Amino acid sequence: MIPLIACIILFLVGLYGVVAKRNLIKIALGFCLMEYAVNLFFAFIGFKKDCLAPIVTQLSAPKNFVDPIPQALVLTAIVIGLGTTAVMLALALRIYGKYKTFDIGEIRRLKG
Amino acid sequence: MGGMTVIVKTITRLIAGFIFLYGVYIVLHGHLTPGGGFAGGVIIAAAFILLILSFGTLEMKERVSYAFGSLLESIGGLMFILVAAFGLLLGSYFFLNFIPKGTPLRLVSAGIIPLANIAIGIKVGAGLFSIFLALGASKYIMKE
Amino acid sequence: MVELYLLLIAMLGAAVVAIEIKDLLAAAVSMGIVGFSVAIMFILVQAPDLAIVQIVVEVLTVVYFAAVILRTTHIDSTIGVKPQYLPTIVYFVFGTLFLIIALYALRDLPRFGFPIMKVASFYINNGLTQTGAANVVASIILDYRGYDTLGEAVVLFTSVLGVLTIMRRLGKKE
Repeated sequence: MIPLIACIILFLVGLYGVVAKRNLIKIALGFCLMEYAVNLFFAFIGFKKDCLAPIVTQLSAPKNFVDPIPQALVLTAIVIGLGTTAVMLALALRIYGKYKTFDIGEIRRLKG
Repeated sequence: MGGMTVIVKTITRLIAGFIFLYGVYIVLHGHLTPGGGFAGGVIIAAAFILLILSFGTLEMKERVSYAFGSLLESIGGLMFILVAAFGLLLGSYFFLNFIPKGTPLRLVSAGIIPLANIAIGIKVGAGLFSIFLALGASKYIMKE
Repeated sequence: MVELYLLLIAMLGAAVVAIEIKDLLAAAVSMGIVGFSVAIMFILVQAPDLAIVQIVVEVLTVVYFAAVILRTTHIDSTIGVKPQYLPTIVYFVFGTLFLIIALYALRDLPRFGFPIMKVASFYINNGLTQTGAANVVASIILDYRGYDTLGEAVVLFTSVLGVLTIMRRLGKKE
């Protein structure tokens, strides 16, 4: 239960970065932290005590594996998180090129 | 952005090929050991990013371009869809495993899974390398 | 499981540092520490596939952040300017409510370490004979649930398309 609560606290730290910070790079870091927290939460749900990784090494060994379905769901989610971060960074770079600052308070005032 | 010192360039010349080989190994053995298409594809992208970072954009300008990266990524995606749609051509459902399964725990086994892994490895590797070219080495001039 | 709890504490500390620190490059490095702790925790819960992908993706994330920060500016110029209190207060109220409701909801999940594996036992027992792959996770994502991998391929393609479109050169065509 404690690892699951720690994942939710990490999610809330990332949410603080998105909501209450004014620098665009800090907002992107907050999104990235939220993705890590959700992936870790899914991996913790699939854990079974005293079991092995889900890879068959000998054909006749007894199969006590951890749950492989949350691992299959998270495997693609990690790479999609990288794609999302890249799009946010491209937007931040383009905004800096036009307004010369990362501060969203200033950008709201300048308005092209 | 410029390149790095002579030490970094020498080590990169020696090591970049081995990193690429390691990525190809993880892609090909995706059905036997942990890893698969996604991990191997990202490692292949990392090998090419290492080359760009250590030699600088001025020297790599005539060798890499956006168009080649986008072309490779589209080829990877098309290969994955063709492998999956082959089941429809054979008169059955999408993603049919039409290649015979073979003996387990050998390299050539498990039907369409190695082919799909190779397609995803090419796609992910080329895509992430194109993203790095756009973010770090684009010709976008900051002062307009 | 003592190492799991130590890694959780390190991860939370690095996350708070990454959000609060003034230098942007140091924030990117703290992000790397968080990703690295997540990868080691994936090994501790017996998920080696995820650990490999998480390590290389975290390295590439830090490289992307550093590539953007080194082209623009190092310093976060918003710390020290007149702070706004309304978003912080609203956030803390919402955060406390969310945590209390989550504690009630987590009580209904199975205990940590004893999952109910109804569909997973079918995949584990029949995976090797029906697909021929020794890696159960690979046989799930590419044979039993191949549509999800197709969806992921489309999302990655869209994100590459988006980045290349945002960063194209706007020329003046006569």
